[in-house]
Amino acid sequence: MTEITTEKARIGAPSAQPFINGFTEEGESLSPINSATSKAPLAGEAVKRHSHGGGVGIPDSSRAGRLTSYNLADFKPLTGLEEDWRFTPLKRLRGLHSEVLSGAAPTVTVSGPERVTVETVARGDKRIGSAGIPEDRVSANAWENFSEATVLTIPAGFEADAEITVVIEGTSTEAAAQHVVIVAEKFSKAIVVLGHQGTAVVSENIEIVVEDGANLTVVSLQEWNDDAVHASSQQAKIGRDAKLKHVVVSLGGDLVRVTPSARFTAPGGEVEMFGLYFADAGQHLEQRLFVDHAVANCKSNVLYKGALQGRNAHAVWVGDVLIRKEAEGTDSYEANRNLLLTDGARADSVPNLEIETGLIKGAGHASATGRLDDEHLFYLMARGIPEDVARRLVVRGFLHEIIQQIKVPALEERLTEAVERELAVTNN
Amino acid sequence: MSTLEIKDLHVSIDTEQGTKEILKGVSLTIKTGQTHAIMGPNGSGKSTLASTIAGHPRYKVTSGTITLDGEDVLAMTVDQRARAGLFLAMQYPVEVPGVSMTNFLRTAKTAIDGEAPKLRTWTKDVKAAMAQLRIDADFAERNVNEGFSGGEKKRVEILQLELFKPKFAILDETDSGLDVDALKVVSEGVNRAHEAGNMGTLLITHYTRILRYIKPDFVHVFVDGQVVEEGGPELADRLEDEGYDRYATGAGAATIAAAAQA
Ligand SMILES: Nc1ncnc2c1ncn2[C@@H]1O[C@H](COP(=O)(O)OP(=O)(O)OP(=O)(O)O)[C@@H](O)[C@H]1O
Ligand SMILES: [Mg+2]
Repeated sequence: MTEITTEKARIGAPSAQPFINGFTEEGESLSPINSATSKAPLAGEAVKRHSHGGGVGIPDSSRAGRLTSYNLADFKPLTGLEEDWRFTPLKRLRGLHSEVLSGAAPTVTVSGPERVTVETVARGDKRIGSAGIPEDRVSANAWENFSEATVLTIPAGFEADAEITVVIEGTSTEAAAQHVVIVAEKFSKAIVVLGHQGTAVVSENIEIVVEDGANLTVVSLQEWNDDAVHASSQQAKIGRDAKLKHVVVSLGGDLVRVTPSARFTAPGGEVEMFGLYFADAGQHLEQRLFVDHAVANCKSNVLYKGALQGRNAHAVWVGDVLIRKEAEGTDSYEANRNLLLTDGARADSVPNLEIETGLIKGAGHASATGRLDDEHLFYLMARGIPEDVARRLVVRGFLHEIIQQIKVPALEERLTEAVERELAVTNN
Repeated sequence: MSTLEIKDLHVSIDTEQGTKEILKGVSLTIKTGQTHAIMGPNGSGKSTLASTIAGHPRYKVTSGTITLDGEDVLAMTVDQRARAGLFLAMQYPVEVPGVSMTNFLRTAKTAIDGEAPKLRTWTKDVKAAMAQLRIDADFAERNVNEGFSGGEKKRVEILQLELFKPKFAILDETDSGLDVDALKVVSEGVNRAHEAGNMGTLLITHYTRILRYIKPDFVHVFVDGQVVEEGGPELADRLEDEGYDRYATGAGAATIAAAAQA
């Protein structure tokens, strides 16, 4: 099992963190001196190094150069060789990348404080496109095909005392498109929980606008049925002194690919991005995130943790952090930790850190994949604890670090139970 | 009254150079209320014996038996052995990140007793046991052994001994790494566990120091995977004076016989 360490790699203290038996630790922290000379520090070579379980390395170019467009036609048909699709089994996308997404979109049901407004709007609404522009073909396909969008607005200055729950319920396997816009107006404060459930084949664009001084938490739960296929682009725009906490929890579904992006548009912004995933036999759970430090004095902290069990359980984590030339005073850290509970599971973990200015507070990344350690199990079992209970204790501890970030007690409890259920499946 | 019986135990491990026999025919019988000290030089196989009793998968029993009141211990899984009443205080307790001491202790107690302890008395018992072993109360909130010093880890092993109340305790160098004060505190813990009269102890040690606080009924000298000499507490005193040199490995039985006559 892993040692949980949230200690940041810091300039001036680039020491290797202590790590636990059975873990491979990869990480580096870049000092201003050498980072200025390393233009694309994490191209090809690093990609290879950071793939656990045998990923192939393809040199990638700077994230800044990635094609973005509202037009599907601008994206070439996918072959699977593209850098951002190379881990995804396209066959299992069930047409999200190639078909017209004409199926009925999953239904959206919102509950929460009265002052939060919920509107269903047509494609032409001016808020659509306010935070996002598709970064890949599947997202562009949804953009091209959605018929109406849900817009959720937390009014200026309003501090919600209860969370806003958005249940996104799928009932069909016809490929569909979904669009949701969340606007946290100036100095508002709220927690929005997006609960994806049921059965669906859906490509989704979620736009998140965090206006100046707002403090928004968005939790995206993927608790789909076993046959669901879900691609979700979640793009956030962060205003001056605004704060976004983004939490991705992927548990259910055949293939789930979440691609969150956070873009700073003014100084003083802060994002925390957390992720928790539990891949079972045959499941493909992918998360690719992007933090765009485009302005000065912003802060980002990323931690994704995943457990994998069973044959062909596959998790992918790619973390692109770009610190542009303008982004002086940036403070950034990203880490991914995986725990392989059985043989036959595979975790690919690729942190990409690009730094274009030397004048930063800190930038670091880490990636580690470990196996549940026999010595841990032996210790617990030597105290009379049966093996299945011992495993549960360890995994619960590993994932709890993420769950406790959510700070919604009822939701934390529910997720803890969901993790227990995932673990119960191991015991055969 | 229980009996732990080890008969002609042979144990090997797989190393990169191939299979290596470490225990070469060990026989030992321990009864409730007795304290047996096993003393021997580094690498003689003391920890191997302890870990084999506990069921560590690394150690392969090639022949011989271990029984607890006639039940075949070798047929039991690691957790079954613990629930049957065997407790191993480890030489190097493992850190288990992510699992709090409180949660761990309660889970283990529930497993061993077959029912959850009554919360109120349990919390009180844990607190009292920790205080007696001079373990800070905030250790309960920390993860199992994580960041504990060597001495703290040993105290926490004895804490478990006192809380779980096993039939037989195997203490693998519980004394090493302890300063004199800690040694006293830990020894008192072991003696308390003994007082109830329901426990037998196999005390593995390299030095005689701990035997000033925990009085053995029998002393077994262990060299190169075998018991080469057995006696009462007086044997420990002799080892204190003479060391293990006279059992020089490889010198064979003749030396031992000669030493016994001396
Ligand atoms: N993993 C291993 N690989 C190779 N040899 C091993 C391994 N584990 C134990 N041994 C060997 O087995 C023998 C017995 O080791 P063991 O740990 O049981 O000794 P010990 O009497 O407990 O020693 P100490 O007093 O140092 O604790 C030693 O020669 C040791 O080197
Ligand atoms: Mg030893």
